[in-house]
Amino acid sequence: MYATWPCPLPDGTAGEEMVLGFDRRRKKRLLVVPPLFDEANKFRHQLVEIMRRLDASGIDCFLPDLPGCNESTAPAANQSIAQWQAATTAAAAHFGATHVFGVRSGGWLVPDALPGWIYAPVKPRQVLRGMLRARSLAAREAGRSESSDDLLARGRQDGVTLAGWELGADLVRELDERDFPPGSRAKAIEQAEVSGKPLWLRAENDHDPAQADALVAILLAGLGEE
Amino acid sequence: MLGLDQAQVDGFDGDTGLFGHLPELDSMAVAGLLTEIEDRLDIVIEDEDVDGEMLESYGGLLAFAEAKVVGG
Repeated sequence: MYATWPCPLPDGTAGEEMVLGFDRRRKKRLLVVPPLFDEANKFRHQLVEIMRRLDASGIDCFLPDLPGCNESTAPAANQSIAQWQAATTAAAAHFGATHVFGVRSGGWLVPDALPGWIYAPVKPRQVLRGMLRARSLAAREAGRSESSDDLLARGRQDGVTLAGWELGADLVRELDERDFPPGSRAKAIEQAEVSGKPLWLRAENDHDPAQADALVAILLAGLGEE
Repeated sequence: MLGLDQAQVDGFDGDTGLFGHLPELDSMAVAGLLTEIEDRLDIVIEDEDVDGEMLESYGGLLAFAEAKVVGG
């Protein structure tokens, strides 16, 4: 289930990252791109629930660690959306993915060439705003004053640590300026189609078997069409 | 939202305490809550809007959101 994959590094060499995969050399092979930052933890259990169901339904699926995320030892502060996009494109080729499934901010990273789905897409600026606000609120609780505007200006210049995540200046600028819209081959799945309370709004990590069933039914219906 | 029980949420009134009263509401959760409110109500919540009074109780948050929606 757990293996490693060769993840491209900015200098052109390959590093090693972990991957959770169900590989039985089947025809339909789904690359799963997890959300970034805090939501990566909120969704991890649910993604495994989804992948177990896909495996039981005859679909190979792969959840690669991206550099600086999950178990990766690459420095978080050196990462950027552009590098993560390169990493997911390389992962799609390495695993021979036929389809892609991006979750929330993972939707920014899905390779354009593959058909697939983006679950509950979110805008980069919205994610950045949430993290800036979390730091600003935490500072206020501690009796200090840090405005979101000042933190953003500092982050764009030198990088900044928000809610425990080290963000480099490139990444802050990407989140502030860019939209990273999905390619024309990716369909959005909104929470209303899945029903139930969104897992990313819960304060504690959780999973929901009924939501996993609903999402997998949508994915299987699409995978069966081709 | 926040994984609170529906029964617990149904019992919320204007005096129900939020920040500092509900253990589920830490700073990350408050930040997520405010960002979600912005998105759903199509309003912008500035740093200076966020104060103890607004986050103290459900009534405070509701009054703030209503004023924002009406005021534009």
